[in-house]
Amino acid sequence: MATKRSTACSPEQSAERRARQRWMSALAKAPFGDLEALWNNLPSKPSWTVIRAPEVGMVMARGRAGGTGARFNIGEVTVTRCAVRLDYGAVGFGYVMGRDTRHAELAAVVDAIMQTPSRREALERALIAPLCLRQEETTRERGRKAASTKVDFFTLVRES
Amino acid sequence: MAAMTDIKPGFRDPVLDSQAVFRAVLDAMARPGRMQSVSLLDDVPAPLAPASAAVCLALVDQDTPLWIAPDLKSHAVETFLKFHCGCTLVDDRSKAAFAIASASKLPALDGFAIGDDAYPETSTTVIVQTKGLAADPDLTLRGPGIEKSHSLSVQGMRGGVWREWAENGVLFPCGIDLILVAGTTLAALPRTTAVTEQEG
Repeated sequence: MATKRSTACSPEQSAERRARQRWMSALAKAPFGDLEALWNNLPSKPSWTVIRAPEVGMVMARGRAGGTGARFNIGEVTVTRCAVRLDYGAVGFGYVMGRDTRHAELAAVVDAIMQTPSRREALERALIAPLCLRQEETTRERGRKAASTKVDFFTLVRES
Repeated sequence: MAAMTDIKPGFRDPVLDSQAVFRAVLDAMARPGRMQSVSLLDDVPAPLAPASAAVCLALVDQDTPLWIAPDLKSHAVETFLKFHCGCTLVDDRSKAAFAIASASKLPALDGFAIGDDAYPETSTTVIVQTKGLAADPDLTLRGPGIEKSHSLSVQGMRGGVWREWAENGVLFPCGIDLILVAGTTLAALPRTTAVTEQEG
């Protein structure tokens, strides 16, 4: 076996991995409409071949009680995955929740381009950054709405 | 990621295409020696034949260990099969559910898994890449699925295979099955088919 997968990796590799996790997560969480609109605005797009046609499957989502406690299975969610190869060789993967095959394919294409150092920065600015920004806004908005319903319970201590 | 850049595409429509290949293999097994055509993949990593790749993509998955003959092993082939089938590759062919080998360097048939009397279906199905298949009367096939006899010619097969095949037939209900492949054509020899070589 030529390539053995190892969990240990150099600092550069783990930085690269974290960067990729960030953009893959942004692509997966983005609403398809946003992603498509930003994609359509791009000036130049490479052509690609689908090496694994989009397919829908199930994965078990797991959670931790209270965010830090013991692991438990929340339930199965549908996931669509796809793999593409750009004409100049880069391979990209898309894993998105739900059954939107176009979303998975587009996420895979963007992942492939993001792995090309010469094109990464432009695409980061045009596509990933706006998606991240929008997601942060959504999170903040949701947090604000939830915070407004917060109730502080206190007990009056009767002074005697 | 450099290692991932040479993966060739799989089926265009994973569901319908693998069903079509399954049907072709089913027909081939039901009518031993009759040729079936599977031209669903046109870009496969060398030295894999398009039909062997199609059979693997349709039948091999994480539950079926695969053995690849040393002369057919290449990084591109391994990456392709591991990516599309998700299978494990084994070095011991007696542990394989599927095996791929070339006809000229086909290893001894008794080295593959033959299953056991309780579970004869656990034997190895060997995909044999030949130089050509034709309905010429070099070999005469008889057995279930053939009304009287059927003619088949397999090019590039190493010597002594058909004697080993007769020994394989004696093991019934155990024994291996062969899927003969040439380009996009395939024919099957289930363990029940008796093969006689034409003299001269």
